[in-house]
Amino acid sequence: MKFTLSWLKEHLDTTAALDEIVETLTRIGLEVERVEDPGARLAAFTIARVIEATQHPNADRLRVCMVDTGKGAPVQVVCGAPNARTGMVSVFSPPGTYIPGKDITIGEGVIRGVDSKGMLCSEAELELSTDHDGIIDLPLDAPIGAAYAAYAGLDDPVIEINLTPNRPDAASVYGIARDLAAAGLGTLRRGAVTPVAGRGAPGVTARLDLADADSHLAPAFALRRVRGVKNGPSPEWLRRRLVSIGLRPINALVDITNYLTFDRGRPLHVFDAAKVAGDLVVRRGRAGEALTALDGRSYALDTDVLVIADERGPESIAGIMGGEASGCDESTTDVLIESALWDALMIARTGRKLGINTDARYRFERGVDPAFCVPGLDLATAMVVDLCGGTPSEHALAGAVPQPDRRIVFPWSEVARLTGLELPQSEMARSLERLGFELSSDEGDNNRVFVRVPSWRPDVHGKADLVEEVVRLAGLDQVAPVPLARPTPSVPRPVLTLLQKRARLAKRTLASCGLLEAVTWSFVSRERALLFGGGREELALANPIAADLSDMRPSLLPGLIAAAERNARRGMSDAALFEVGQIFLGAGENDQRVAAAGLRQGTARVAGAGRQWGEKTDRAGVFDAKADALNLLTSLGVATGGLQIVAGGPSYFHPGRSGTLQFGPKAVIGHFGELHPTILDAFDAEGPMACFEIVLDTLPQPKAKPTKVKGKLDLPELMPVERDFAFVVDRGVQAADILKAAQAADRALITRLAVFDVYEGAGVPEGKKSIGIAATLQPRERTLTEADLESLGRRIVEEVGKKTGAVLRG
Amino acid sequence: MTDTIELEKSIAIEIEAAATEAALEAVRVSALGKKGSVSALLATLGKMSPDERKLRGAAINTLKDAVSATLASKRDRLRAAALTERLQREAVDVTLPVRDEAVTLGRIHPITQVMDELTAIFADMGFSIAEGPDVETDFYNFTALNFPEGHPAREMHDTFFFKPDAQGERKLLRTHTSPVQIRTMLGKAPPIRVICPGRTYRCDSDQTHTPMFHQVEGLVIDRTANLANLKWVLQEFCRAFFEVDQVKMRFRPSFFPFTEPSMEVDIQCSRQGGEIRFGEGNDWLEILGCGMVHPNVLRHCNIDPDEYQGFAWGMGIDRIAMLKYGMPDLRPFFEADVRWLKHYGFRPLDIPTLAGGLTG
Repeated sequence: MKFTLSWLKEHLDTTAALDEIVETLTRIGLEVERVEDPGARLAAFTIARVIEATQHPNADRLRVCMVDTGKGAPVQVVCGAPNARTGMVSVFSPPGTYIPGKDITIGEGVIRGVDSKGMLCSEAELELSTDHDGIIDLPLDAPIGAAYAAYAGLDDPVIEINLTPNRPDAASVYGIARDLAAAGLGTLRRGAVTPVAGRGAPGVTARLDLADADSHLAPAFALRRVRGVKNGPSPEWLRRRLVSIGLRPINALVDITNYLTFDRGRPLHVFDAAKVAGDLVVRRGRAGEALTALDGRSYALDTDVLVIADERGPESIAGIMGGEASGCDESTTDVLIESALWDALMIARTGRKLGINTDARYRFERGVDPAFCVPGLDLATAMVVDLCGGTPSEHALAGAVPQPDRRIVFPWSEVARLTGLELPQSEMARSLERLGFELSSDEGDNNRVFVRVPSWRPDVHGKADLVEEVVRLAGLDQVAPVPLARPTPSVPRPVLTLLQKRARLAKRTLASCGLLEAVTWSFVSRERALLFGGGREELALANPIAADLSDMRPSLLPGLIAAAERNARRGMSDAALFEVGQIFLGAGENDQRVAAAGLRQGTARVAGAGRQWGEKTDRAGVFDAKADALNLLTSLGVATGGLQIVAGGPSYFHPGRSGTLQFGPKAVIGHFGELHPTILDAFDAEGPMACFEIVLDTLPQPKAKPTKVKGKLDLPELMPVERDFAFVVDRGVQAADILKAAQAADRALITRLAVFDVYEGAGVPEGKKSIGIAATLQPRERTLTEADLESLGRRIVEEVGKKTGAVLRG
Repeated sequence: MTDTIELEKSIAIEIEAAATEAALEAVRVSALGKKGSVSALLATLGKMSPDERKLRGAAINTLKDAVSATLASKRDRLRAAALTERLQREAVDVTLPVRDEAVTLGRIHPITQVMDELTAIFADMGFSIAEGPDVETDFYNFTALNFPEGHPAREMHDTFFFKPDAQGERKLLRTHTSPVQIRTMLGKAPPIRVICPGRTYRCDSDQTHTPMFHQVEGLVIDRTANLANLKWVLQEFCRAFFEVDQVKMRFRPSFFPFTEPSMEVDIQCSRQGGEIRFGEGNDWLEILGCGMVHPNVLRHCNIDPDEYQGFAWGMGIDRIAMLKYGMPDLRPFFEADVRWLKHYGFRPLDIPTLAGGLTG
C-alpha cells in the first residue's frame, strides 16, 4: 500500500513531520517498508529567468542565454532548445548537477567558442515526461531561485507500508489517516459523503442471478448512470497522484475508480453504457465462456468464476477486473458506475485460479467496508460529475447491503490480564473510540463495557482483538518485561526424552568418529526413493519444487551418497559424512522415524583418510562401516550382548559385503556394508562407498534400575591366562560360529575370545582358511594346572570341530 | 713392592685398551680370575712369614682394590658409550606427520549446534522439547491454528501437498512447527512450557529461501503468562543466545492468525563490513514473530481462554545460526560440501552448556 504525504494530509490534519509519521506507522502495526523522496534527486534544479537570449555567433541552432538564477550575477548558458527566448521562465541546473534523463553530470564548458556555465532543462531531462521538444516553460510568476521540485509539487514523499492481511481497513489513505489520528498524531478530517440526488432510473437493470446457496457470493450490487459525460485526461493533480504511487493514468472515468480504490479502499468499476447490451447480471460463469479483460488478456471462464454479464456474455470478472469491450474511453458519453460487495473467499479463489492480481482483488479478498458500498458510489458519482460533467441517475441496488452488528463484552481488566500493561480506562476508551468502535457502558458493572465493532474492521471478533487495538495504540514499548517464574523454584529437571538424548548423543559420537555432519533434503527423487525401499504413493508430493525433490526419503543414505558424489566432483573424494534425521515409512503421523547413518568414501577409513607413511593405503570398506555402527551402539549405551550380525542386507548393499544388525529376526535395528555397484551407477558415483544406517527408534530401551549404583566390581585375585588356537576350516564358515562354539567349551572360565588372524593361501588347502583365536581364561578358585589347560584346550577344539568342521592347524 | 706397582700399571694399560665389555671381562679374568696375575700374587702369601705376609698382603690387597676400581670405572664408561650409541641408532625423524585423531576431524552441523544451544537455554527455564511429524494434516497445520479456509494468510505459506488419499484427505508438509503446539496442547493439560524445534517446508526457492528449513517455536500456557513475560523470555533468550550483556529489542504489532495480539520483533545491531554485532549499533534486524495465543487456538485444543492464557513465538534456526556465526548464504546449509562443513561446523566435544558458556 503506497501513498504520498500530501495525500495523507488531505485526510489527516497534523503538524507531525515525515519522520514522526513514519515512526508512528511502524509502531502501530502499519510497518513502513520504504519512504521515497522524489524531490531529493531534483534538489539542484531551480527556477530561473532568461534575461536575454541571443543567437550563438558560431551555430545557427544554438542560443546564448543570460540567466538570472536568483543568486548573484547572471549566468551565461548555451542552449539548443528552439523555445529558448528572452523573458521566459524555465528550470536551471548549475555545473555539477546530475541530469537523470541523460544519465550525465554536466560541467562548465565551452560550446563552439562560447562559455556555458549550466543548463536549461526539458521535462525529459528531469524524467518528468518524454517531452524533449524544448526547455520547461513556466508561468512568468514562478519564483526565481526557488527549488523547482517544491514549486511543481514533485517533492511529495511516497510512503509504502507492508500491510498485514488482517487490516483491509488500512488499505486506503483514509483508513491510514484514521489509525494515525487514533494514535494521537493529528485529527482525522471526517470523510462523510453527501448522497447524490440523481434523477431517473439508470436505464440498465442490475440483477443478481444466483442460486440461494450462492447468495452470499454477491450480497449487493449498486449501479448508477451518468449521462452526457465528457471523458478525457484527468486533471494534473489526479494524474500526478496516481503516478506517484505507480499507477498509470488512463482517462478521467477510469482514474476516478483507481483513485477511490486507494483513497477510500472502495474498488469500483465503470462500464461504457453504450457498449452494454441489456441488463447487467451477476452470475456464475459458464464453461466455454471467455473474457478479454482490461489488461488485454483473454481469460477462460467457468462456473467457479463470478461474472457480470450482459446479453452478449461476461463483461467483467466480478471484483477483479473489467472487460475490454465495455470499458470507458475518450468516446464514452454515458457511464455506468458499479459499486458492489463480493464474497472474499470467492474473490481469492478466482484470483488465484486466473492468476490475476489487481488492487480490487487485494481489497475484496481481505474484506471491504460493506457500509461504504453506496456512499462509495455517491463519492464516485460526484467526482465524475465534477471532472467530466453529466447528469447522474438514481442508483439501482440489487441485493441488500449487509448491516454487520458485532458487539463484544469487554472487561477493561482484559488488557492487563493479557499484556501486563495497566492503562487508565479513559485512555483505553479514547483509543477505541478514535478507531471507530462505539462504546456503551454496562449500567450494572463499570468494570466492563459493550463495544460495537465498526463495519470496516472484519478482523475484530473478540476481547483479545480489542486488547491488541488498545496496546498497539498505547505502544508495545510501554509493556515492561516481567520475569517468567520457573515452574518450580528448584534446580531444573531433565527434559529430554530417551530418543532426543540418543539423537543428540548419536551426532556427537559420529562426529567423534571423524565424520562430518550433513543436513540433506527430506525429499529425494522418485527413482532414488524406490531404490531405497520407498516410493510409496502417499509420500509423493503433489507439487514438488523440482523432479529430484519429489518423494519423502525412506532412508538417509540417498542424501549422503548424492552429497559424497557432489564432493567427489569437486575433488573431495574422501568424504566421511553422517546425518541423524527423519525418515518416512508412510504418511501416517506414527510413520516417521529417526535414523542415524554414516558414509565413508574413497580412503576415508576409520583410521584416517588419504595416504600415510608407514601404512598401507586402503579404501574404506564394510569393516569401517561396521566399526562406526558398533561404536554408535556402544556409545548410546545399547547392551550389545544379544546383538546378532547376520550376513547380507537390503538390495542396495553388496550382497557379500554387508550385514544386518538385529536382536532377533523381527528386531532389525540397522544395516552396514559396501554399496551395491548398481546403486553407485545409479548415482553416477565413484565407489566403493561404505555405509551404515541404524533406526534409533528401534533400539532397545535401557533397563530401568531403582538406583544409580553401579554393579559390584569383579577383581579376581588370580592372573588370567591366554591360550591361542589356530584352526583350518572351510572358507564359508563364519568366525562368529567358531567363537560361539569355543565359548560353549566353558562359559565360566573363558572370559574373552578374540580373532587374531585370518589367513588363506600357501600352506592352507584350497577352499579353506586358517583362523587364529585367542581365549582368555580367568581362574577363580585356584591356579590352573597344565592338566587343566590341556583338558580345556581339548574341549575347545572338540566343540569348534563339532560345530564348524574345523581342525587344529598342524 | 715395585712388582705390585708394576703389575697395577700393566693391568691398567690392558683395561684402558679394552674396547668392549667382552675384552674388559677378559682383562678382569686375567687379573682377578682364579688363574689371574693378581690371584697368583695372593697365592704366594700362604708361604710367607707372618711379618712378611702382613706387609705383602696389604700391598697385594691394595693392588686388587685398585684393579677392581679401574675395571668398574671402565665398565661404566663402556656401558655409557654403548647406550649412547644405541640411542643414536634408535633416533627417528620426529617431524614425520602423524594422523589426526578422528575426534579432531569430525564436525557438528551448525543447525545441530544451535539446537543444542536452544535446548541448554530453554531447559534451564523449565521448557521441554516437543516434536511432531513433518507430514501433517490441514487441521494441525492450519485449521486448529485459526487460519480460515481460503484466507490469504494460507496463501502466504506456499504449502507442499501430497496427493489426496482414498478418503480424499490431502496431507501436507508442515509449513511451520506450530502444529506441534497444537499436538502438545491436545495431549497435555496446562501448565505447558515447550519449545518445538524442527524441519519445516515451503514451496519456495531463491537466494534466501530453501524448500526446507528449520524453525523453533516456543509455547507457554498457564493462568498468568502475559505479554510482559513474553518480552522477558525473548530478551533473556536473545541475550543468552547471542552471548552479549545487553540486547535492545523492538516489538512491532503484526499479524499471525494464531496469536492475538501479534508482534514482530527486531533486535538492535550494528553492521560493519558484513559482520553483525548485537547489543550495539543503530540498525534493526527482524528476528522473530510472537504473540499471545489466540483464543480460537486455545478453544481448538479444548482449553478455556478465559481460564488459561499464554504466549508463543517462532523463529528460523538457520537464520539465527547465520546471524550468530556469520554464514552469508542459506543454501550451503543443505549442500553437505565438506569444505563448508569443516569451516562452519563445530568440534564434536564443543557441547553448549550454560555453566561453561554456549561457545566455551
